[in-house]
Amino acid sequence: MSSATYSEDEIKIAPRARRWHIAVFLLPAFLVYTAVMILPLVETLRLSLFNTVDGQSTFVGLQNFQVLFGDARWAHDFWNALKNNTIFFAIHMLVQNPLGIALAAMLSIPKLRLAPFYRTAIFLPTLLSFVIVGFIWKLILSPIWGITPFFMDLVGLKSFFGPWLGKPDSALITVSLISVWQNVGIPMMLIYAALLNIPDEVIEAAECDGVTGWAQFWKIKLPLVLPAIGMVSILTFVGNFNAFDLIYTVQGALAGPDGSTDILGTLLYRTFFGFQLQLGDRSMGATIATVMFLIILAGVSLYLFTIQRRIRRYQF
Amino acid sequence: MSKARISPVRSGFVHLALAGYTAIALFPVLLTILNSFKDKNAIFRSPLSPPTMKSFSLIGYETVLKQGDFVGYFQNSLIVTVVSIFFVLLFGAMAAFALSEYRFRGNTLMGLYLAIGIMIPIRLGTVAILQGMVAAGLVNTLTALILVYTAQGLPLAIFILSEFMRTVSDDLKNAGRIDGLSEYAIFFRLVLPLIRPAMATVAVFTMIPIWNDLWFPLILAPGEATKTVTLGSQVFIGQFVTNWNAVLSALSLAIFPVLILYVIFSRQLIRGITAGAVK
Repeated sequence: MSSATYSEDEIKIAPRARRWHIAVFLLPAFLVYTAVMILPLVETLRLSLFNTVDGQSTFVGLQNFQVLFGDARWAHDFWNALKNNTIFFAIHMLVQNPLGIALAAMLSIPKLRLAPFYRTAIFLPTLLSFVIVGFIWKLILSPIWGITPFFMDLVGLKSFFGPWLGKPDSALITVSLISVWQNVGIPMMLIYAALLNIPDEVIEAAECDGVTGWAQFWKIKLPLVLPAIGMVSILTFVGNFNAFDLIYTVQGALAGPDGSTDILGTLLYRTFFGFQLQLGDRSMGATIATVMFLIILAGVSLYLFTIQRRIRRYQF
Repeated sequence: MSKARISPVRSGFVHLALAGYTAIALFPVLLTILNSFKDKNAIFRSPLSPPTMKSFSLIGYETVLKQGDFVGYFQNSLIVTVVSIFFVLLFGAMAAFALSEYRFRGNTLMGLYLAIGIMIPIRLGTVAILQGMVAAGLVNTLTALILVYTAQGLPLAIFILSEFMRTVSDDLKNAGRIDGLSEYAIFFRLVLPLIRPAMATVAVFTMIPIWNDLWFPLILAPGEATKTVTLGSQVFIGQFVTNWNAVLSALSLAIFPVLILYVIFSRQLIRGITAGAVK
């Protein structure tokens, strides 16, 4: 690798000489990334415009999308998954991120004893796989084991206990909260880092002006960590709209009961791969993947072009 | 940092809140591990008490080791993770060096192109990835997973590493050039050793999603011989739902390696997140 075929001397003498080493450095990453990520992505987008007609792959324009949005059988599943996915995301934004901010704010209190311990412990669930997390919570919430009813009895709420994962009206909320439990470490860490990066002078100036405690948090610190909150939100958005593992583990590929926890990821899996009586359908799978791509792209563009620009970046 | 001290009452509340949430975070994990060492009666009769002399039992672990090929699953996960990280670091560092060191036409464009993957998940291309892997005869091989995970890890690795490459002093590199080192030697002998801390951070970031992924093993390599530990425990637990000893032991077996690695690397990981993530 370190043969000096194209040495720097050549470049200095002839700056226009071909600098092959740049290509050599870039090529492996470029090739793997293009071949395994970009081309399949483009091919998937292309496939969404094709369908099998008389055993032949034929260009059908936007017909697959018409079927997905309008055909009675497909549309029901699709809009249901999209609705559930939106609720899934909303619960993360309303519970996970405020909780993460609160934990980060408490952890960043200067000279707080045991802070490293809390930080390490709270981040642990984030590292576990969805499979582990899903099954653990399935066991804990199971009426057979009785851990949850026992704890609810301690606080006198036993009568409210039910098989939450098995009921259509509570299953989605329960799964979302399990996901929040697992992922709260990410907003906590990123916002904690942003809070630590606020320079002492700013805080000292605030204290000289008598802004302390709650007022200091709301008026000084929170506005300064808005960029981090924006980033956490877009990470949550992308993660939620391509989630799959947790629902598959806890509720299976059918995302029961009665499709009440079905999100786009599980719908894509069932459509593309087939499940039980349903045959796998490549074109419709590609169509759903394309819709997911467009949703994520819209979210990311919104973030990059409007939100991130509006949030003033404070350079210290 | 700040000089204002908070009152003991308030700090008491803060500790209460943090300790309370810490308990919520740790309780499910501890509960699983504790109960995996108990016999079936004790699991149901007193789920909250630690195993005693009387209730201690390894029956769950025996079932798991007899019925499931967990050693094989671990081996697969380990191979896939280590090889992918190796390629992500090597190719990622090379590309990051090219992007941060040289000015050439299309530099910015290439940087943006390679950054698309930070935000757009590779999962969306699954339909065509599977097609490609079938065509290449790579279905049910670890190679397929390694390729996918390398592509998945590269964008973020290149992004983080090029930030760090810019901090390596130009004088040092130019001194190397004057001494007649080739560009390759400068990269491998001068730059790589200097960015080792950043490489460690990238390695940890890359490792977690690969080790925990269920989607690609399920779709690209569901065969018995290529199951990773995440897919393996998913399938195993699905089959043994009613055998609580086996389920709890399988879960504990899947938790232990993560737990051990976390205890060793938690400082590195947390420092990595708090130093480089928000830029």
